[in-house]
Amino acid sequence: MSTDTPDASTEDAPSRAELAARVEELEDELADVAAETGDDSKKMSIIATKGTLDMAYPPLILASTAAAFGYEVTVFHTFWGLDILHEERSKSLKLSSVGNPNMPVPNVVGALPGMDRMTTKMMEKKIEDNETASIEELIETSLDMGVEFQACQMTIELMGYDEAEFYDGVTTGVGAATAIQDMAEADIQLLV
Amino acid sequence: MSTQFDVTETLDVKGASCPMPVVKTKSAIDELSEGEVLEVLATDSGSMSDIDGWADSTGGVELLDQVEDGDVFKHYVRKTE
Repeated sequence: MSTDTPDASTEDAPSRAELAARVEELEDELADVAAETGDDSKKMSIIATKGTLDMAYPPLILASTAAAFGYEVTVFHTFWGLDILHEERSKSLKLSSVGNPNMPVPNVVGALPGMDRMTTKMMEKKIEDNETASIEELIETSLDMGVEFQACQMTIELMGYDEAEFYDGVTTGVGAATAIQDMAEADIQLLV
Repeated sequence: MSTQFDVTETLDVKGASCPMPVVKTKSAIDELSEGEVLEVLATDSGSMSDIDGWADSTGGVELLDQVEDGDVFKHYVRKTE
């Protein structure tokens, strides 16, 4: 009994040259797939919808930090989130104690005239004492790091803002479709 | 115990809090050349974990050491590419 490979299968086996050609073909295909799917840059997409002093921080902190991690970041600002990008309004964002049971003021007291101003002052002092970056500083830093801030065109018109009132470098003339496209391509998507 | 590296630049972010230590570290590293070492001085205790995490998931940087010196947290980051 022979242990030699039977002649029949030797004939069927592809030649070395054929194998080499096949490997090359597969390598090309792999390179194409890699080129399509993995532009290796990581992306993050944030939708910022809130404009209170406390809610303005998370999108900006996450955006600038993600940029430091090498992410390509877009933040789409809509409704009250637009105020974060509004140069004047961003400097006077307010905080309310009403509806926030963690605040040291009962809702009935928080609803009194002047209370929002007081809680805002209190928060501003905490921010200053802790040397937490201001909203303006976070926006400027994020822009420097390449974060793209988008101002929803529909809400700009709804709120009656002028495009010139936003920080330099803010993208206007964009809508939900742009946000969806960014989210579809992103590795991280957040709604704040 | 003092750690000595051939420090090229020192970034002083004492007083600054999250996210500034990491964000400014990244900007400072971008200004350096391959092989150079950045020293970061921070008082934010979160910077120990934050800069460690940042260096771990960021290509082209290597965290050489982190030292607590009194109130100051010192970080040494080498640019590797």
